[in-house]
Amino acid sequence: MDSYAIIGAVSILGACLCMGIGSIGSALGEGQAAAAALTAMAQQPDEAGRIRSTMFVTLAMLETTALYALLIAFLTLYANPFWNYAVNQ
Amino acid sequence: MECRTDFSQWFDLPWQDKPLGLESFDSIMLVDCGNYGINVTIFNSWLVIALITLVSWLVTRRISTGKNVSKMQIILETLVIWMQKEAKETSGSGSQKYFSMALGLFCFIVTANLLTFIPWFRPPTASLSTTMALALIVFMAIPYFSIKNAGIKGYLKKFIEPVPLLLPMNIFSEVFSVFAMGLRLFGNMLSGVMFAGILSAFIPFIAPLTMQTLGLLTGSIQAYIFALLALVYTSSVKKEEETSIT
Repeated sequence: MDSYAIIGAVSILGACLCMGIGSIGSALGEGQAAAAALTAMAQQPDEAGRIRSTMFVTLAMLETTALYALLIAFLTLYANPFWNYAVNQ
Repeated sequence: MECRTDFSQWFDLPWQDKPLGLESFDSIMLVDCGNYGINVTIFNSWLVIALITLVSWLVTRRISTGKNVSKMQIILETLVIWMQKEAKETSGSGSQKYFSMALGLFCFIVTANLLTFIPWFRPPTASLSTTMALALIVFMAIPYFSIKNAGIKGYLKKFIEPVPLLLPMNIFSEVFSVFAMGLRLFGNMLSGVMFAGILSAFIPFIAPLTMQTLGLLTGSIQAYIFALLALVYTSSVKKEEETSIT
């Protein structure tokens, strides 16, 4: 195999693994946060508005971890520095 | 110096002929003068700024009280009052000085994100340069408001709390929390645009519409979060008396 074939294959595999493993923790965390917020909303319906807005912020912050994985996946797929190096060689 | 202008590129649909990539919005040059020029990101953010300015000017030109209030004035008043309430909830007393910055950030981001319902519009927030510039504004605003609130001593004291041993960690978290704000907005918008683009390559008719509708929701929530985090970070250092009461 040529070097750029190996780099391409590893990049795609790496991007898939990065997305798959990286989103597990964020998904579990978001589920727990949403469940806790729903419980709190059911117990205190008066405070539902504030809890909801706090929940949205928390969810977006938890999502950040998965987004970092997404950015790394994009980076390996579209802006891979080793790819250009191998092609130019 | 000769400049080449080509505004027809603005009307290329995203991902039609251009390759998918991280830098692709920044690499579409509308005005190309060799080393420098105007790319789509800059042009679209100018469009957003012009739109916000125009709407605000048109509405506040004929501002009125009583019963004959125009619809747009009610919308803008609701926006301002809502952001004032948010600022008060997150930063307590003296929230008036933070709120204008947060509202400005919110208006820019939400307009940029919601204008994606125009098919040719590439949101400027889907470029890392724009989001990092916005994050840099917040990064500059944190020491400004902190020193204004508590003086230089109070601001620097934040870094050696709770123990001086944590100084490097505090500096790191100060830089990275703002850096993460920019990355979060960029990642959300880029993933929305890319997902719609990839989906429209497979199923060009109805399916991308649902994802773009979801993108509008994500865009407005992200704008809200950006403004809220800017409020939280800028108002993190307060006077001693204020923090002891609350």
